[in-house]
Amino acid sequence: MATRTVIPFGPQHPVLPEPVHLDLVVEGEKVVQAIPSIGFVHRGLEKLVEKKDFTEYVFVAERICGICSFIHGMTYCHGVEQIMGIEVPRRAQYLRVIWSELSRIHSHLLWLGLAADSFGFENLFMASWRIREHVLNIIEATTGNRVIFSSCRVGGVARDIDDATLKDIVARLEGLATDLRNLGEVFLDDTTVKHRTVGVGVLTKEHARELGAVGPTLRGSGVASDMRQLKYAAYGDLAFEPLVEDGCDCHARCKVRVREIGQSIDLIRQAAARIPAGEIAVKVKGTPSGEFFARTEQPRGEVVYYLRANGTRNLDRLRVRTPTFANLPPLVKMLENCDLADVPVIVLTIDPCISCTER
Amino acid sequence: MIEPQPTEVVTPQRLMELVAVLHADGHRLVQIGATSLADGGVELNYSFDKDGRFSNLRLPLAAGNLTAPSITGVYFCAFAYENEIHDLFGVDVKGNKLDFKGNFYRIAEKTPFLRKPADPQASPPAS
Repeated sequence: MATRTVIPFGPQHPVLPEPVHLDLVVEGEKVVQAIPSIGFVHRGLEKLVEKKDFTEYVFVAERICGICSFIHGMTYCHGVEQIMGIEVPRRAQYLRVIWSELSRIHSHLLWLGLAADSFGFENLFMASWRIREHVLNIIEATTGNRVIFSSCRVGGVARDIDDATLKDIVARLEGLATDLRNLGEVFLDDTTVKHRTVGVGVLTKEHARELGAVGPTLRGSGVASDMRQLKYAAYGDLAFEPLVEDGCDCHARCKVRVREIGQSIDLIRQAAARIPAGEIAVKVKGTPSGEFFARTEQPRGEVVYYLRANGTRNLDRLRVRTPTFANLPPLVKMLENCDLADVPVIVLTIDPCISCTER
Repeated sequence: MIEPQPTEVVTPQRLMELVAVLHADGHRLVQIGATSLADGGVELNYSFDKDGRFSNLRLPLAAGNLTAPSITGVYFCAFAYENEIHDLFGVDVKGNKLDFKGNFYRIAEKTPFLRKPADPQASPPAS
């Protein structure tokens, strides 16, 4: 048997924006096994639910992640609303869809940039983030913030978007079509990108299912599963089918995200065309009592919020299962027998969010 | 409309039987989560999904005997959840196929989510 060496990867590494650790067992340049460990910056935000009023905790939930913050807040609100039987106004449900999809677009563009950076394509990294700025500008114009929107509330949303602004958002997103098409072509067709992604980090359909993969990691392995199919918020009113690729490698996961940007723009277009007039929030009366598992689709995949309430203004328990946590076992599988040089690219293709995982 | 989320309270033996049945029927393991109870016990929730239909198995563990069987023999991906439950709640999961022995979460405090029985904030068992 060849000599085995353990190489520590992280918690600080140029390709990792946040700390996670992998012990890579290697034989020469081949990774034989990858052993993850987390908890370097665990914040215990779930415990804060015992101290914060249930209507105020949404601000904490939004800070679990700096990228998909809106969807964290929305999932928390959805859970409380289900327990309390609150009927959220339809206009608010549509606005939640619009902000969720804007979050997905900017998250996927952020990931595309980081992926390009991981395989040394700096120009592509900058091109991705340049387009992302336009999306952040839309978010800032509609919420007053660029990342932490603070727009979701238990019972609805805090802000409205008028019809003229909605039309302008759709026009601005459609105006990005050429840039996005050019960007997508490079990611999907460029020889150097394909050299680093095609056939790398393979996760078969069977393994993806068996190991509990979620989001683009799962759909890149040919499984048509997306929590938006549960029809939360206003997704039930919109034409939507999960986008699936069956390449099962880094390139397929990249392709899913490139295509999902276009899908998100289409969902915003549909929502802007169908959004009904009316109230954007209802007054919350009483306190929650009961339990619920709220599930939504973040840019990285399914997030699960378990809420248990006892009739007081503080919840008993909040447990958040983030998509990155679910994608750790599939990541371990993807890294088996890969080249050491491919580890950063493979790690990035699950779009790891350690901020979420260390909630 | 509230999504139906059936929950069945199980014994360790029944848990293993049902997990095998659910796996054979093509259910995906969504998550395993723990909740600290008022009496010092811990409640484990095993959540599954098939075609968007959600179901849950609940295993209550009594204070002083925080031991649960591992389901990694059926769902290998459970190793992450079982190590998390061990590190944050102090539950001893027997037979975990990828046991980090307390080193999955690199945290300074041991079992930070396990409440003491006298903690007035501790959860009562779910009705």
